Amino acid sequence: MSEMVAVKTPPVVDDSERIYTAGQWYLAWRKFKKNRLALASGAMLIVLYMMTLFSGFIAPYEADHRFGGRDFVPPQSVYFFSQDGFHLRPFIYALQADFDPASGRKIYQADENQRYPIYFFVSGDRHSFLGLETHLHLFGIQVHDGDGIFLFGTDRQGRDLFSRVFYGARVSLTIGLIGVFISIVLGSVLGVVSGYFGGWVDELLQRLIEILRAFPQIPLWMALSAAIPADIDQLKTYFMITLILSFLGWTSLARQVRGRVLSLRNEEFVMSARLMGASHWRVIFRHLIPAVLGHIIVIGTIAIPEMILAESSLSFLNLGIRPPMTSWGVLLQDGRSLTTLYYYQWLLFPAGFIVVAVLCFNFLGDGLRDAVDPYSK
Amino acid sequence: MLTFIVRRLLRMIPTLIAISIMVFVIIQLPPGDFFDSLQAQLAQSDSQADQEAFEALRRQYHLDKPMWQQYLYWISGCLRGDFGYSFEWRRPVSQLIAERLGLTFLMASGALLFMWLVALPIGIYSARNRYSIGDYFWTFMAFIGLCVPGFIIALIAMYISVFWFGGSAGGLFSPEFKYAPWDWAKVWDFLMHLWVPVVVIGASGTAGLMRIMRTSMLDVLDEQYITTARAKGLAERWVIYKYAVRVAINPMISILGLQLPQLVSGSIIVAIVLGLPTTGPLFYRALETQDMYLAGTCLLLLAILLLLGNLMADILLAWADPRIRLE
Repeated sequence: MSEMVAVKTPPVVDDSERIYTAGQWYLAWRKFKKNRLALASGAMLIVLYMMTLFSGFIAPYEADHRFGGRDFVPPQSVYFFSQDGFHLRPFIYALQADFDPASGRKIYQADENQRYPIYFFVSGDRHSFLGLETHLHLFGIQVHDGDGIFLFGTDRQGRDLFSRVFYGARVSLTIGLIGVFISIVLGSVLGVVSGYFGGWVDELLQRLIEILRAFPQIPLWMALSAAIPADIDQLKTYFMITLILSFLGWTSLARQVRGRVLSLRNEEFVMSARLMGASHWRVIFRHLIPAVLGHIIVIGTIAIPEMILAESSLSFLNLGIRPPMTSWGVLLQDGRSLTTLYYYQWLLFPAGFIVVAVLCFNFLGDGLRDAVDPYSK
Repeated sequence: MLTFIVRRLLRMIPTLIAISIMVFVIIQLPPGDFFDSLQAQLAQSDSQADQEAFEALRRQYHLDKPMWQQYLYWISGCLRGDFGYSFEWRRPVSQLIAERLGLTFLMASGALLFMWLVALPIGIYSARNRYSIGDYFWTFMAFIGLCVPGFIIALIAMYISVFWFGGSAGGLFSPEFKYAPWDWAKVWDFLMHLWVPVVVIGASGTAGLMRIMRTSMLDVLDEQYITTARAKGLAERWVIYKYAVRVAINPMISILGLQLPQLVSGSIIVAIVLGLPTTGPLFYRALETQDMYLAGTCLLLLAILLLLGNLMADILLAWADPRIRLE
């Protein structure tokens, strides 16, 4: 309603006066802007998702590119200074493999006589970028004798962890988004229907939700993902995991939306819409869903990090995404044993990305929740 | 109050039936059964797999019957306390679970105790010193606790306990005590191992609880009766602990009933990483090997536990707030 008023008023220049006639979304944005932490988290998430979009380009190598004899290379440092002074072009040192008799492991040392300068926009592994095949990568070194640049080190099979983190982000970051999208569509439609019509529809849906919610989340997720056949293709596994995660997710959303709709149902604007001859579906989609949309977005934002955590846990247990597909959880499988924890701690780097993504979504969700609630201080 | 509880219990019966059917369907979802995967394993290791023997085994465990009959066999057994037979362990499911149940609950209760002991004082402190450095610090810690996946906390805790304190990797006993009879040395050894899983399992819950207590406490501190209490000159300690905390703790009591089941389910992944002899790893292994009765029983028991937790929560709430009872 306030939006209609806002349209009819002549444009007001003064910001302080605009607030009296402003629409719901403008008010929310005004409030959201003040929360710097939420704003920064939102920006960080945009960066993360952009990196996901360009992961093939940013990653210097393909996810499955193996470097023979370069297993468990520790993260390499990037230098600007060498023995001969400052170099404008950053470089890394070549690796020298040695055998450490004490631990019986291969260790690597930087060969200070051999510098590999880092170039930008170099040609490397083939990958598809926004639908077209290309060899171009953001950065890399121009050597072809089996050496590479390993900013995060390599794993047991000599694969560059930095590249794999970016490829893994594609799965880990999108699975939460798609999962929440499915939950939102299901949950908000069923929640609105349940609250608006009431009666047996409501009773039936509420019983269904009650039964689904009687299941503990993690064990049910585990049991359902264990049921995914091992031999189906990667894309199908991905979608099945997404469906499993949203299988329980929609219920809490439906409940909350139902509660909102129950209180809105008897408002005057719904009654007048009905009296003007609007059909039930028009009332639902034109009036009720927009009215609860802010709330839905907030619940959705808060649900995304839960799904990211769930995916990584399931994949970590080998119940979710399975190799050769990569996700952050799959990458962390390598860090499961005590030996790797002791000698190869960099294999836990992907955990840092999980934490950052989840933290950002939580801060963003908090900010949005305060922003859409008109009565909070 | 009694009618309230009875009514709630009656309402649980249809839910329970629906849950048990769903559990059975879910554990039957993977193609094939335990004997198929066993056969595949045997074929790989070149052993002679006798088709006849497998068929006989299937008949013995009713696996050749249609699904609804299998379900009826299983569920009627469950009602009599016979949860079926674990193909992998070659033992009744009830025995396997009973062995590990005590430790599972001990672990969850320990984590629960840890959560409350840590979260309450910090929540109160944060609310009283709102926007102080300490408050920001704990808020930040709580966010970290909520955002780091449980298995990562478990890995880090394992690392610390092994390489800093020289403990043994995973498990609950040092190797020399594993099969030793119980005595004080073993109890001490056990307690020294216990803190790692307890802290790890309780970590994310502590973070959440801390936030709830802080919010609730802040609401209460704004109330007029607190101002009145202060105005009439009560000691600040008295105002906080006798007036504010008593009311602020209510929302936490109402979720208490749900916390134990949540901890039991939530500890599964941590228990797998730490290699604890609880029901979690049992369930995980059963899922992997399609040991269906074991997996199904675990899932069913966890769901029942959650239902009971819900009931507990409702009873506690009804006890605390008479308005709910009358509805």
